[in-house]
Order: sequence, then structure tokens, then C-alpha cells
Amino acid sequence: MPQLRLTGRGLWITALIVPPLAFVALFVVYPIISAFAYAFFDWNGLLRGEFVGLDNFHTVLFVEPYASWTRNAFSHNIIVFFALMVLQNGLGFFLAYALWRELPGARFHRIAVFLPVVLSTIIVGYLFKLFLHPLFGVVNISLRGMGLGELAQPWLGQSSTALWALIAANAWHMVGFPTLVFLAGMQRIPTEMLDAVRMETRSEWVKITKIVWPLVAPSATVVFVLLFVGAFNWFELPYVMAGLDGSPFGSTDVLGLYFYRTAFGNVSSGQQDFGLGSALAVLIFLFIAAVAGVITVRLRAREIQL
Amino acid sequence: MSTVTSTYSDRPGLIATLGRDGLIQIILIANTFIMLAPIVIMMFSAFKTTPQIFASPFGIPDFTNLVNFSRIWTQTNFLQYLINSFVVTGASMALILTLGTMAAYALARYEFFGAGFILMFFIAGLTLPLKLAIIPLFMLMRDLGILNNQLSLIFVYTAMGLPTTIFIMTGFIRTLPNELEDAARMDGASEARIMWSIMLPLVRPAMVIAGIQNVVPIWNDFFFPLVFIQNDRLKTLPQGLTTFMGEYSTDYGVLYAGLTLSALPIIIIYIVLSRQFISGMTSGAIK
Repeated sequence: MPQLRLTGRGLWITALIVPPLAFVALFVVYPIISAFAYAFFDWNGLLRGEFVGLDNFHTVLFVEPYASWTRNAFSHNIIVFFALMVLQNGLGFFLAYALWRELPGARFHRIAVFLPVVLSTIIVGYLFKLFLHPLFGVVNISLRGMGLGELAQPWLGQSSTALWALIAANAWHMVGFPTLVFLAGMQRIPTEMLDAVRMETRSEWVKITKIVWPLVAPSATVVFVLLFVGAFNWFELPYVMAGLDGSPFGSTDVLGLYFYRTAFGNVSSGQQDFGLGSALAVLIFLFIAAVAGVITVRLRAREIQL
Repeated sequence: MSTVTSTYSDRPGLIATLGRDGLIQIILIANTFIMLAPIVIMMFSAFKTTPQIFASPFGIPDFTNLVNFSRIWTQTNFLQYLINSFVVTGASMALILTLGTMAAYALARYEFFGAGFILMFFIAGLTLPLKLAIIPLFMLMRDLGILNNQLSLIFVYTAMGLPTTIFIMTGFIRTLPNELEDAARMDGASEARIMWSIMLPLVRPAMVIAGIQNVVPIWNDFFFPLVFIQNDRLKTLPQGLTTFMGEYSTDYGVLYAGLTLSALPIIIIYIVLSRQFISGMTSGAIK
């Protein structure tokens, strides 16, 4: 590679690098740094007030009613994360294992499992909202048609089922992503390694736990981290299916909705607080960064070098 | 997905194998049915009236009944939303690929002071969830005077797409041999000429991957329009869909037709280019 001298080439490199750098600096790095700074000020609506130190953090964590809203939303995010871990990523691993055998039609199954992933969350949300309508939704209509009318219920209208309906919709939407990432990981396992295990055992379970899982750990790390970040950023699906206030009775409230409501105002209360919103954003951000870091380190440690 | 790589199937005995593979085949077929059924029901319902949807939700409709679609076409801003989505996505993609190629080329092909730091700076943007910085972004767009203007979306999407694009393309450009460039340099070609005529044609495969990885999330994004755009004439498709679903909340046929029309462009492109889509969208997660 040629060395940089203070000639026309230096100018050329500058011209190549500065515009993209400016974009990322202005619209990614500056806003993220500012979000931290904003959390230390008192904002009434759109005007910045005085420096209040850690007051905003104290309010969202310890002062009622904010503290119980925070706890409620956070506990739902935890449920969503673990449920999707089993439903979406667990099923994804299982489907990848099934697709890996390249049985007849595997290509078609692969295309089908990824199709929902390319749809927008808004479309998926409304589609499932229509399906789950108490009267006109296909779910209840078919339950009644099968003589199981007593199982028909207002899925999104009652606290006991609403969050689970959203989780199911999300799993349907995204299961193709972990499936194909895991499948790509499995396809790179050397055949000799599998042959060696086959001599030792016929147990699928041993094969999965001793060979397949350790070897797809690099893929698993990425899939887990993305699921974690996604679960704690969850916004569009609950917004469309259940509403900005996490109805009914806050049973579908999550940190993403709570943060947006605090910052940009609740339809009913009309309140807008950039300081509290920023404090929430910073807390969510630090939590995501810390846990994602731990997942990465723990899973990477299990990885076997090929 | 590459087919050269190892495919693993067990043969401990004919009957056992058939049994296990048969079971797996049944599971795969059931799963594919679950994946496709909601989309098929959506499309079928788009051709039905509300009473028909209620009476036979799974029945095959009269596909010549286009009443729902014509109502969308004539009575709503749907076409406008579609055009807006094309404009925003197209402009963002053009900027991402142009700026991304520029930066990746400079980082991969020249040695200069601070190159490592600049690459780290770009890559740091990969993992940060920008949604959480929406308050400062909102203030920034207000100060720039582009709230309620599609430029705000284009700028944010470009900045969001650049880190992955630069990451993918820098890696790819580094694998290209530099004999061609050296030869051109000997012949006295300018640096700009070398980049344009020699390197650009070679980096096209990486541009396709970077393009697919960015186009789906940008086309589908709802969050940034929700915050930045108020004017109905400027809304993108996912955002316009919420307006539409509210207006027609009782006419199920029209609702399903609206969802079908919104989903159709990306479904068609996906079915035609499924291989590129799958490798493009999962490539960031596979190392």
C-alpha cells in the first residue's frame, strides 16, 4: 500500500473519508452522547432547564408512580426475553437442525421460514391483531368452528393473554432469522468431526450437546445478543397490537413504550418530559450494553476453535 | 446458503432412518404451513367482503372481486405512502452505498494516520440502538429545520446504514488483489480514475450484500417516521398504514387488502431474490 504524503493523494483520501464520517458523527455518535448529557437536566417540554444531577435517575427508579411503572415495564421485558429465547431461538435451533439434513423440499422450507422476516413489523402486528379480534378474528372463528367455542376469548383484551399474544406474533415473525443463522453455523461443521462422533454414539442428544452446539456457539452469540437488544428495544409490535399505553391495564407495557410515552407524551395525559425520558434511555442503554457484553464473553468462552 | 459444505445425514439402519427423517419431514411441512398460512389468509381475505370473512375465513375467494383494492386506490393516500417509501428508501440507499464505498475504499486501500481509529469509530456505531437517542435526534432535526421533512429520515437511515456497509465492504475490498491498481498507477492513471474504473466493478458483490442488509429495515421502519413526520402527505408506508387501519377499522375486507398491498412489493422481491435476501440479511450475523 502506498504511503500517505502531503500531496494530492492526501486530499483525495480526505475527500473520501470526511463525508461518511460527518454523517455518522452528526446522526449517530453526537445524539448518543447527548442522550447521556440530557439525562442530567430538567426539561419542561422542549426547553432545557437547570442541571439537576441524578434527580431524573432517582425519580424513574424510586419515586412513585414512576418507580412502579418502571418495574412493571422492566418485568414484562424480562418475560418477553425469556419467552422469545425458548419460542423463537429454541425453535430456530430445532428447525435449523431439521433443515440441515437437506431432506426433499428443504430449499422450499428455508424460503418459507424466512418469508415473515422480510415483512414490516407494522404489517405483522396488524395482521395478528385482525386474526385475534374477539368476533371477526380467524382464531376465534376457527375455535368455534371446531366446537371449541369455550376456548375463544378476547386475546388482546385481557391481561392474562395479551402479552403472550404479542410474544407469539413476534416468534412467528422472527423465527426464520435464528433458524438460518444456526443453519449456516451447522453447515460449516467439518464432516470428519461428525463421522468421529457417529462411531462413538447414536444418540442425537449427545451429538447436539457435544458437537453441534459447541461448534455453532459463534452463531449463538450473535443470535442471543440480537434477541436481547431486540427484546429490550421492543416497541413497534406492542404499539400496533395493544397501544402506546400498554393496554389492557399496563399488561403489555414495556420499556420502549414507557420511554416513548415519557419523552413524547401520553395521548391521555399529554405530559412530555425529556429529562426523565433521557434518564430511562440511559438506564436501558447501560443495561443492554452490560448484559450483551456478558453474553458475548460467556458464550465465546464455550466456542471450540476449528 | 452454500451447497458445497457438509450435509449431514445419519444411516444407522434403513427403517430407523426413514422413521426419523419422516418425522423431521412432517415437522418441517407443519412449520412451513404455519409460516405461510397467515399470509395466504391475508391475501384471500383481501378479496372478500366482511360477511364473507366472518362466514368462511379460510374459503377460496372470488379473485375477480377487486372492490377492496379499488377503494384503497381511489379513496386513500395509499399510493402517496408507497411513493414516499420509494423516495426515502431510494435516496437513503444511494447515499449509503456512495458514502459507504468511499469510506471503505479509503480504509481498505490506503495507509494513513488514524485509519484504525476511524474504522473503530464506524464499527462502534454497529451495536448502539439508535432508538434510545431519539430525544437528541428529534432536537437535532428541529434545529436543522428538517422536522416534518423526508430529509430527516434519509439522514438518519444513511447514518444508521453506514457502519454495517463500511464493515462489510472494507473486509471485501481488502481481499481484492492490487496488481490491477499498480499497473494502472504505472500507466499514470489518477487515484479517482483507478477507483472508478477498476475497483468499482469489482466491489459490486459486496454492494449487493450491503444493499440488501439495509434496504429491508429502512423500507420497513416505523419508529423514525412516527417521531419526525406529522404531515399525512409525507408519511411512509408503515406509518401511513396506521392512519389507514384507524380510518377503516370496521371494514375487514379493506383492512386485509391494505395489508396485502403493503406486503406485496417486498414479498415479490423476496421470492424472486430469496437466495440473495437470505445471505444478505443473515451475513452480518455470520462470521
